[in-house]
Amino acid sequence: MSGTITKVSGPLVVAEGLADANVSDVVRVGTQRLIGEILNMTGDKASIQVYEETSGLGPGAAVVTTGMPMSVELGPGMLDNIYDGIQRPLPEMRALSGDSITRGTDVPALNREKKWDFVPVAKPGDKVRTGDVLGTVQETSAILHKIMVPHGVAGEVVSVESGEHVVTDVIAVVRDDKGKEHELTMLQRWPVRIARPYERKYVPSRPMNSGQRIIDTLFPIAKGGTAAVPGPFGSGKTVVQHQLAKWSDVDIVIYIGCGERGNEMTDVLMEFPELNDPRNGEPLMKRTVLIANTSDMPVAAREASIYTGITIAEYFRDMGYDVAVLADSTSRWAEALREMSGRLEEMPGEEGYPAYLASRLAQFYERAGVVECLGSDERQGSVTAIGAVSPPGGDISEPVSQATMRIVKVFWALDSSLAYARHFPAINWLTSYSLYLDTLAPWYTEQFGEGYMLNRTKTMHILQEESELQEIVRLVGQDALSPADRLTMETAKMIREDFLQQNAFVDEDAYSSYAKQYRLLGMVLTYDELCREALDKGADMNALFAIDAREKIGRAKMADPDAFEAAYDEIEAQMKKEIEEVIAGGEDA
Amino acid sequence: MIKEYKTIREIASPLMVVEHVEGVTYDELGEIELPNGEVRRCKVLEVEGDRAVVQLFESAQGINLAESKVRFLGHPQQLAVSEDMLGRVFNGMGMPIDGGPAILADAHMDINGLPMNPAARAYPAEFIQTGVSTIDGLNTLVRGQKLPIFSGSGLPHAALAAQIARQARVLGDNETFAVVFAAIGITFEESEYFINDFRRTGAIDRTVVFSNLANDPAVERIATPRVALTAAEYLAFEKDMQVLVILTDITNYAEALREVSAAKKEVPGRRGYPGYLYTDLATLYERAGRRQGKKGSITMIPILTMPEDDKTHPIPDLTGYITEGQIILSRDLHRKGIVPPVDVLPSLSRLKDKGIGEGKTREDHSGTMNQLFAAYSRGKDAKELMTILGEAALSEDDKLFAKFADEFEKRYVSQGNTTNRSIEETLDLGWDLLKILPRRELKRIKPEFIEKYLPEA
Repeated sequence: MSGTITKVSGPLVVAEGLADANVSDVVRVGTQRLIGEILNMTGDKASIQVYEETSGLGPGAAVVTTGMPMSVELGPGMLDNIYDGIQRPLPEMRALSGDSITRGTDVPALNREKKWDFVPVAKPGDKVRTGDVLGTVQETSAILHKIMVPHGVAGEVVSVESGEHVVTDVIAVVRDDKGKEHELTMLQRWPVRIARPYERKYVPSRPMNSGQRIIDTLFPIAKGGTAAVPGPFGSGKTVVQHQLAKWSDVDIVIYIGCGERGNEMTDVLMEFPELNDPRNGEPLMKRTVLIANTSDMPVAAREASIYTGITIAEYFRDMGYDVAVLADSTSRWAEALREMSGRLEEMPGEEGYPAYLASRLAQFYERAGVVECLGSDERQGSVTAIGAVSPPGGDISEPVSQATMRIVKVFWALDSSLAYARHFPAINWLTSYSLYLDTLAPWYTEQFGEGYMLNRTKTMHILQEESELQEIVRLVGQDALSPADRLTMETAKMIREDFLQQNAFVDEDAYSSYAKQYRLLGMVLTYDELCREALDKGADMNALFAIDAREKIGRAKMADPDAFEAAYDEIEAQMKKEIEEVIAGGEDA
Repeated sequence: MIKEYKTIREIASPLMVVEHVEGVTYDELGEIELPNGEVRRCKVLEVEGDRAVVQLFESAQGINLAESKVRFLGHPQQLAVSEDMLGRVFNGMGMPIDGGPAILADAHMDINGLPMNPAARAYPAEFIQTGVSTIDGLNTLVRGQKLPIFSGSGLPHAALAAQIARQARVLGDNETFAVVFAAIGITFEESEYFINDFRRTGAIDRTVVFSNLANDPAVERIATPRVALTAAEYLAFEKDMQVLVILTDITNYAEALREVSAAKKEVPGRRGYPGYLYTDLATLYERAGRRQGKKGSITMIPILTMPEDDKTHPIPDLTGYITEGQIILSRDLHRKGIVPPVDVLPSLSRLKDKGIGEGKTREDHSGTMNQLFAAYSRGKDAKELMTILGEAALSEDDKLFAKFADEFEKRYVSQGNTTNRSIEETLDLGWDLLKILPRRELKRIKPEFIEKYLPEA
């Protein structure tokens, strides 16, 4: 089925003679066979968004539909790889066409020549249904890739292969109840705009450990949850996203660089193979899939990149893995949507964004969740979706931030004034929130006892009080405060500087275990408690603030992650002793 | 055989509609021949059936619908590149205007370039010493970075950019260096300031100038940075040179873009700028960088004047989201006579962490940098409190921080436009200032470095 171009305007192409094509079909445009997707049809005229630069394209050129919606290839070979927005592998494109991305490059997403060692799980004669595991492939040293019965297939296993195979080899034959035999390969396809099905969905109840103190202790996110990181430029959105990609205790990370800087993707590409997962010691890249549509790459593919990423995430979720999707930045995705909408001459909604912006965003985030996967073994998997938002001028009253806030459950608001003072991560503790606290509290209590959540409540209280006291200080100076209030200010400062601040670029500090976070915060709060008692006993406030242990607490976060317990015991002992000395000194005087 | 059309139907500068065309493609370059023989340039913005909408690069004045001829050249706008471009001056479209001979092209390159494959990029990590403390010490520039200067009308951004161009060097390195300078809608005087500075220091022989001045056609400005970056790409990746690109002023560029967008009756985004301003700017800025296996690099310093000094205006805002940091100039500091008036707190270099430290600058760089930032921030807060409540309201520590902030501005920031400080001098000066503060407050620096570097009080 072939049509002819009648109009070209940037990434939008109109072609006639496509009466048989379907909306959302992928088409190949012009002699260079550029990849595009049909957005609208009027009669036999199709409006097509082209995922590559359209320069040099003109009326008369041919458009051929593939008859298939925009799909991704799923199977072994995705991990440890970097794709563009429509799942073309960038290293292979480079080998084919050099340092720049040239047009019409056609590379399959999964390597057709690489052999994988397929280990069968199912046996001939087994009854299988969609989602059942046929066999496994050790895809990378970190991840066991499960080859599942694709959607719409069920029946009896007739034969199953083992050993070295490429992804397109038949590895099993399944006969359905009508007697039809299905030849199954390790490669499946799935249309990106449709969520992959599951058995049932659950409310998230386990936290995702990120190793970031302000996140894990104050504003935790659940596995299967959704979060947004909004912030003006320079407030550290990307560093937060990178930290989550590095340290989150999930099995698989899908990192979508959506309309962001090329060098940031290069950074991940270079750094992740060098860094090891603190849990299994394997290089982080072995569990990571990168999707890169940098800001200079064609804008239409940016819109697709988010869907490509989340579909791959769902596929790994269906194997029973915990997956995190990090999208940086959803604002660029929304702008791509706006650009195409404008070219289609649709009636604009707020700030020129299309009226369906909010529903598209909701559809994306709703694909996160904890599910029981399809298949007989009742395995569970999760997709956690975390999107960065880049509001113009840092003002979150704009449509993308507002639409996002209505959907996500965790909100880590980045603050430029914290960033200017080099307080990182610059997550504002007063405006951020997590709606998972109630569902996660039982888990924390079970693991660490009542103390963890009590500490959290106390910490938030002190920080809140500090902001009120600051108002007073700004008006009348701090001499007007009572010693107890001065102590609150002092403790809040310690919480901010000694606990919340975390340096992503220092090895000892980049990742904090729950145990270390708990002890570190406990130490600060113990100081507060002891000083409060001491003040009641009439101890000298300034002497309490000046004890030597304070500097040690300040450096305590740098303690060796494997041997911090002993060091913290020592600091606490010293702190108690010094506070007692101050009390005694006060009584002597 | 190139066809000529005499079918111009409509001209509404800067757009023009040509009918009954055949085989015309999107983004193609065209030529308009006026009855008097004058030739002007245009490019195809949209083609629908046999009707092409083209954008003029120059004024529409004198174009006659009946008599003017249009030719489409079958390719997008190209630049003839060669090493002989060094030392020459071109107009905003890449034509020589210095009276010299035409360039004997080594190649013709599409001025739009191609997106760089992220898998082919090499991460910028080589420290560039600019000799400016606020940049070297606090917002370190590395080779292949794009670091804009956010300025305002009347602020001395030109002096700072010229100082960087003059002083920048990579330590222990003697590779070939080149400057590509693109004047985008700036005044003759400002352009001459740069050119004279290059001339005075002898850098002019290593410089390619593309000049679209304030009285040149505004629409041509859309091509100027692309032409300049094409030359830079050629020098960096074909000729292995270390290229510094200065683009000034991006605000004029964005305004030209808005003009064309409005003429096309596109749905405007914020403040009338087109919704694709981000993408458009990104296709310029992202052309900076390094590539694996290539010796050369493109380091970019775009300059933009923030309308009303407002950082949230779409031009600086979108720029900040694309570039790897920003150097912000402050009117307050300028009034105080601080030269260069770099506002260090909101300034940032995102790539500094990979370019500093042992083997690159010095082991204590990272810690002292963070400490200086934090201390200056606290010092400024203290000073603010002091203006409201008086000095007596400050604690002893805060008084020290306030003193630190003053000294920092006076000694560290204000170094003048001719002082070229080595990185050691910059770091030592930082330590000398930290001496003002109580030692227990130096929490961001490893104790062993405090032992080693902190001068005796």
